[in-house]
Amino acid sequence: MSGPNSSYDPVQVTPLGEEQVFAMRDAALAAIAAAADLDELKRVRTEHAGDRSPLGLANREIGALPPQARKEAGLRVGQARGAVNQALAARSEELEAEAEDRMLAEETVDVTLPWDRMPRGARHPITMMSDRIADIFVAMGWEVAEGPLVEAEWLNFDALNLGADHPARTMQDTFWTEPAENHVVLRTHTSPVQARTMLTREPPIYVVCPGRVFRTDEYDATHSPMFHQVEGLVVDEGITMAHLKGSLDHFAQAVFGEGITTRFRPSYFPFTEPSAEVDLVCFVCRGTGEVPAPDADGGTGQSVTCRTCRGEGWIEWGGCGVVNPSVLVACGVDPDRYTGFAFGMGIDRTLMFRHGVEDLRSFFEGDVRFSRAFGTEI
Amino acid sequence: MKAPVSWIKEYVDLPADVTTDELAHRLTALGLKLEAIERAGGDITGPLVVGRVLTMEPEPQKNGKTINWCTVDVGSANGTGEPQGIVCGAHNFAPGDLVVVVLPGGVLPGGFEISERKTYGHVSAGMICSARELGLGDDHAGIIVLPAGAGQPGDDAFDVLGLREEVIEFEINPDRAYALSLRGVAREAALAYDAPYVDPAARVTPEPNDQGYPVIIDDPTGCPVFVARTVSGFDPSAPTPDWMARRLQQAGMRPISLGVDVTNYVMLELGHPIHGYDADRLAGPIRVRRATEGERLTTLDGARRVLSAEDLVVTDDSGPIGLGGVMGGETTEMSEATTRILVEVASWDPVSMFRTGKRHKLTSEAGKRNERGVDPTIPEAAADRVVELLVAHGGATADPGVTKVGEAPATPAIQIAADLPARVTGMPIEPATVISCLEAIGCNVDGEEHLVVVPPPWRRDLTDPFDLVEEVARIVGYDQVPSVVPVAPAGRGLTQGQLLRRRVGRTLAGDGFVEVLTFPFVGSEAFDALGLDAGDPRRTALRLANPLSAEAPLMTTTLLPGLLETVARNLGRGTTDLALFEIATVTLPNVGVAAPILPVDRRPTDGEWDDLQKALPDQPLHLALALAGDRELSGWWGPGRAATWSDAVAGVRDVAAALGVTVDVRAAHQAPWHPGRCAEITVTDGMGAQRALGYAGELHPRVCKAFGVPARTAVAEIDLSALLDLAVEVVPAPSLSSYPVAKEDVALVVDESVPAETLARTLREGAGELCESVRLFDVYTGEQIGAGRKSLAFALRFRAPDRTLTEAETAAARNAAVALAAERHGAEQRT
Repeated sequence: MSGPNSSYDPVQVTPLGEEQVFAMRDAALAAIAAAADLDELKRVRTEHAGDRSPLGLANREIGALPPQARKEAGLRVGQARGAVNQALAARSEELEAEAEDRMLAEETVDVTLPWDRMPRGARHPITMMSDRIADIFVAMGWEVAEGPLVEAEWLNFDALNLGADHPARTMQDTFWTEPAENHVVLRTHTSPVQARTMLTREPPIYVVCPGRVFRTDEYDATHSPMFHQVEGLVVDEGITMAHLKGSLDHFAQAVFGEGITTRFRPSYFPFTEPSAEVDLVCFVCRGTGEVPAPDADGGTGQSVTCRTCRGEGWIEWGGCGVVNPSVLVACGVDPDRYTGFAFGMGIDRTLMFRHGVEDLRSFFEGDVRFSRAFGTEI
Repeated sequence: MKAPVSWIKEYVDLPADVTTDELAHRLTALGLKLEAIERAGGDITGPLVVGRVLTMEPEPQKNGKTINWCTVDVGSANGTGEPQGIVCGAHNFAPGDLVVVVLPGGVLPGGFEISERKTYGHVSAGMICSARELGLGDDHAGIIVLPAGAGQPGDDAFDVLGLREEVIEFEINPDRAYALSLRGVAREAALAYDAPYVDPAARVTPEPNDQGYPVIIDDPTGCPVFVARTVSGFDPSAPTPDWMARRLQQAGMRPISLGVDVTNYVMLELGHPIHGYDADRLAGPIRVRRATEGERLTTLDGARRVLSAEDLVVTDDSGPIGLGGVMGGETTEMSEATTRILVEVASWDPVSMFRTGKRHKLTSEAGKRNERGVDPTIPEAAADRVVELLVAHGGATADPGVTKVGEAPATPAIQIAADLPARVTGMPIEPATVISCLEAIGCNVDGEEHLVVVPPPWRRDLTDPFDLVEEVARIVGYDQVPSVVPVAPAGRGLTQGQLLRRRVGRTLAGDGFVEVLTFPFVGSEAFDALGLDAGDPRRTALRLANPLSAEAPLMTTTLLPGLLETVARNLGRGTTDLALFEIATVTLPNVGVAAPILPVDRRPTDGEWDDLQKALPDQPLHLALALAGDRELSGWWGPGRAATWSDAVAGVRDVAAALGVTVDVRAAHQAPWHPGRCAEITVTDGMGAQRALGYAGELHPRVCKAFGVPARTAVAEIDLSALLDLAVEVVPAPSLSSYPVAKEDVALVVDESVPAETLARTLREGAGELCESVRLFDVYTGEQIGAGRKSLAFALRFRAPDRTLTEAETAAARNAAVALAAERHGAEQRT
């Protein structure tokens, strides 16, 4: 914008009649409307709204007019310039929006392109199930106890009422270490942690112990020399089998879902008396022993024997019982004051039921495709 | 234990509508666990009848075979009474023989339907059956020829063959030895249905006298009772009756000869092992004693055994003739010439039986029962039953002599409070119920509130009040136990260590590592493959006495072999880009201290407990990583990035960072790593001492080859226990300055040998308190800076907590950093 025209050259003064101003304005507006892009608009701006544009020059001349004409001319030129500037701003906004649209259109990508740049990590399903089980019991106020895998014979057997001449010792095919006279074994169950816990804590005791155990089983689809158990132990005043049943029912439902309860069958373990095997309502057929036939036409209503429980409606889950008083004695717990219960379940087995794992070896082969399927929480 | 249902029913009068499935499930609920139900001939549908062969015409065929065109009398089973014409390919029979015929309409195992059909020029109306066709065995050499008196033509052959007999197989727990007999199983069935029961062992037996075979017991503890009976005039060629042979087979035993079969049959019936001797091969009196060390005996299985002084032996003047209670000897074995039999029924000490069986790796039906404990009051009954059967089926005469040495020990009484079952089980069991349950299993019960209970002699497993609680509970029913969640005192949640272990796993999974679990068994070949020196401590591993594989007898000291095998396995399955981790304990043996076998009648003393702990190997938790192939894949975004030594180091650093532990890294030489690409990871412990946690880097090329993993596979292994111990429990919150940051970059040229980490530390130290961070962003080597030298470019950030730094302050700090680097490492600033 030029300043007030205080010393003008009358030669350059052009008439500022209505027609002339309107013509300048209309020419400007036409040029603005015709500008196809921002570059052209910039040129139009200089040509029609710049200092040296007709309207710019006209503006300068207003000061040169006789005072009585100034007001009218000023108004006229001012209005024309206002209209032009307004049109410029509007067109500019329009063209910018167009340009942005064009740019965005050009930048469109194929969002379906794969993004597998970094292969996904995963935790092992057994680790995750162990954690999950621990969390279920921790939520009940229990704690998680631990013990070594290479264990003293006394803790694995004798302290659990499994003396050297107990026939049940042969039920658990044990890995023995050399030399034999050191009396060190690979623990055959998580039960030595029971003894360790009683020997290092005062009742009341409420613990679970998920962990790895070993038996000299040949490696096949249902047996492994290494597998995982979770041990539970409660020692308190007034503890009964009913509390054992309640704990296992809760455990079963927390892992397998509402309505999945347990059943006890009399059994034998040297470290518990009474002892029971625990069966679980088959969570596939929910205890009916039958599942709908995998028929193509679905609605036949026919059913076939459930493969998970082989039609039994129940699956074997683990063993449990009331802690044998002789175990309490060996671990320094007063059997007249306290009673307890203990249980042991297979973690690998639990996963096999829950997730339909068909071959136990899948857990130990380390095929990354297997673990990845389970992700980082189970 | 396999129990034929018809045999069970001999002793218990079960309700007529009880099915075998139901019986099996009721017994399972009582503690005899159903394994399987076998139904012989269950898949055959009639008509299956006895037939008598009237005529047979051999007819040679063009194909070289000869068939027999037979007419068979099947009585009125075919509806006409006329002989049935049947083509038969077998030749092991003759006219007049009784055979088994399936008539048209019958279905044989495998859904094989029988109908009239034209074959070999005849209309064959049925089939003469072999044992295999009926699913009764593998014998396909010929058809079944029934014994002459087996039945009449037209009789239903199912009964004659014992088909449709159902056999329940139970898994018997070690405490229920009594259930290893039909006597015991039937008793449980009677209990299940409250049905009348006849004890097969309850029989009137002849009184012992002094005319029997002389027997001397030197060790009444090992052998409290010995009963001997003899029979004479036994016909060794007399066949075992069909019903007996069939039951033995159904129970899983092989019929051998009448003499042997009778002893086995009575063992199954009563649960008491029995041994039969050829009495003519005995020399002088029988004596039971402990063996002398090194004495020899050839047992019935043909094994020559060297005896231990703990073994109980039966001897005669010739020396040992049997391993008492476990297996007889060869020299006095019954044979096809035996006409006089001595029947031994003796009670043995279960512990001796168990030890002898284990020592000689000998499992037998007799040993299995004797080591669990048998009823010591029935040897006379068992011997008498054997004699009865030998007389009835072997034409023998019972000799009048009856030898009995020793007496069954009395069963000790158990004291039990009548409310104990209720207190232990949580079921509302009244004292009256307790008493009736205990009486139902054969106990003698005295008292009301405090009971004195004498268990029956066949329940030697019942020794303390809790045993009785289990008996009461199982009879009342385990399904009656209520479900009550116990209320634990407020817990402390997971320990810090447990939480941190989870954090490590999640950190690595977030970094793209996949967790694996491998077996801890290795062989020394794995250590060779890792290239460990002869003196490497990792070679000192705990050895298993009975490994599953002779190639892997050691408990591993390092997770790397298992992890590398897993890499190779994945590779073999087509997964080439791998990042694996394992968290597991390793076993580091300590110097041969034995773990004591402590008493169990009291708590161990503190000293004993310590000794026990000391005897166990160290079992620290290790973390191992392995990377192969690409860490980042190539794709439309551009090229991938191969996993390198630095990813292994980064994995460890990430874990340490997640635990809030600062680790240091320095170059090291350690197998199995590449000597120029191995980082030792160290930490400074609370006492200010540096401690190595483990190593990370690229595998030595020879190790890659040995394990069959790709070249440049990178691994790390650290002592995770040690790292967890150093983890920051409570992170102090940082105090952040909101004043502007000042940035300065410096490039320093140093000798190649100067580690980047060291230079960075020096810069930080030299830059002083105002320095917020030092980050290496470029490494350059090349002609411009000369051989043997490298240029390291660092970005330094400065900030003050309370003011905006002036340019002069920043420059001064930066210059101080550079000056210290120059002084310590001869670093020259590159311009």
